Amino acid sequence: MNPLLSVEHLTMRFGGLVAVDNVSFDAPATSITAVIGPNGAGKTTVFNCLTGFYKPTSGCMRLRHPAHSEFLLERMEGHAIPAKAGVARTFQNIRLFPGMSVLENLLVAQHNVLMRASGYTIGALLGVGGYAAAERRAIDRARYWLERVRLTDRADADAGSLPYGAQRRLEIVRAMCTGPVMLCLDEPAAGLNPRESAELNELLTVIRDEHRVTLLLIEHDMSVVMEISDHIVVLDYGRKISEGPPAAVRNDPKVIRAYLGEEMEEDEEARP
Amino acid sequence: MGYFLQQLINGLTLGMIYGLIAIGYTMVYGIIGMINFAHGEIFMIGAFIAFIAFLALGLIGIGWVPLALLIVLVATMLLTSAYGWALERVAYRPLRHSPRLAALITAIGMSIFLQNYVQLLQGARVKPLQPVVTGGVRFFETGEFAVAFSFLQMVIIVITLGLMLGFTLLINRTALGRAQRACQQDLGMASLVGINVDRTIALTFVLGASLASVAGLMFLLNYGVIDFYIGFQAGIKAFTAAVLGGIGSIPGAMLGGLLIGLIEAFWSAYFSVEYKDVATFAILILVLIFRPTGLLGKPDVEKV
Repeated sequence: MNPLLSVEHLTMRFGGLVAVDNVSFDAPATSITAVIGPNGAGKTTVFNCLTGFYKPTSGCMRLRHPAHSEFLLERMEGHAIPAKAGVARTFQNIRLFPGMSVLENLLVAQHNVLMRASGYTIGALLGVGGYAAAERRAIDRARYWLERVRLTDRADADAGSLPYGAQRRLEIVRAMCTGPVMLCLDEPAAGLNPRESAELNELLTVIRDEHRVTLLLIEHDMSVVMEISDHIVVLDYGRKISEGPPAAVRNDPKVIRAYLGEEMEEDEEARP
Repeated sequence: MGYFLQQLINGLTLGMIYGLIAIGYTMVYGIIGMINFAHGEIFMIGAFIAFIAFLALGLIGIGWVPLALLIVLVATMLLTSAYGWALERVAYRPLRHSPRLAALITAIGMSIFLQNYVQLLQGARVKPLQPVVTGGVRFFETGEFAVAFSFLQMVIIVITLGLMLGFTLLINRTALGRAQRACQQDLGMASLVGINVDRTIALTFVLGASLASVAGLMFLLNYGVIDFYIGFQAGIKAFTAAVLGGIGSIPGAMLGGLLIGLIEAFWSAYFSVEYKDVATFAILILVLIFRPTGLLGKPDVEKV
């Protein structure tokens, strides 16, 4: 299968610390790729490079956008990565716009579509042009996703007032509202109870299968990782130590050593 | 009663001018957490552009007041916006990621620069303008005293209310306003949902400058004289208004502006003109003691 994303020789240095060291991997299109590894392995740094938070020291991140040609993510400006290349992300510690309503969180994610339709605001103020129609479409899209994650009745509540699990779901659907081709999720199952975790798995499968979005996932919860991922990349101390389908990675001695070797407290995370 | 009403009208007019400037302070603070001390100078530049525009119209011979006002209003807003945009682009954007103190000092530097720039170009002498909008209505005539509500004051109040309404719609209903509020809450995240943060910040400066320029135009019409130094006083007052209303809150800035205008007018009328600034700042201190976030400000929520 043709990979949507190819990370090639990605290195990220902070002074003397090499957080990501010459990592290469592919994320196959419309599949779920999990990036796993012990704490401090450089997973989030990879995400930060992909989404423009960091400029990598060296290496290249090639995104083959189905509708456009190829994007080199490391050369793009921060806001262009979601807007043009279609890469969206969520955070380990949720980052909603807490003072805006749930619905507005989803509308703001469709900013670029609306901005174009509003004739860069002048049309919107005068009430002319396609702004009203575009806004209706944006609301419809938001409504679809709200129903999907059972938040329709909270649409007007402040996003910051939602319970934790709901905020996680909202953050994922907000990312979906940007119309991504690739969605990077940083520990989406953290802090969820088993039922919520099962719901999350279902949501992610729907996003992959119905919306044809490629998912890249950092996760510690191995029940999530083993159940839904199609492809796993294992990092340790900034290096890739293993890559392959779940069954192969699970039995890779290097992976077992990384998890069980020195750090006994990571024990239960390694057990599938 | 008549005297009270007169002060109410005077205070409202003054408050509207402060409110318009205060919005610029509060928006910029809300979005990049910086006090744009050069904003008062933008107001002053607005007044000068309006002054020049009136003279130019006088030369061409457009004498019909509503048309002249409209042309001057539009020209002032456009040209002053360009100054606001340039200010952000040249002085603040390169310092976006430097410590706050650097941006603050730059703002003060820009303020001094713009004052001197206008002083050099326009001279230090006070510029008088013939009254443009004249006449008014008088009511409550009792003996020698009558309440005067001039057409100029009406124009100021109507234009300001219109602008504030339009502006509130812009912030609450349009994609741009939504993007601004998103940037206010989390710049990094706003960028991650595809908002061009640099452009949004630039537009914030443009909007703030265009509102301040209208305030400058009104100041010119109301007092009839301007000089290169008016930005300082008005800027400090408007900044106080923004803090009083709760910095970062746009309705707060409008409310704060009105309150400061009213306090000044009433204090000057009933107590002493000399101490009106003392009264204003005393009330600011009292409000900040009991409500440190200002009247409509929300307490800073720690980002987790």
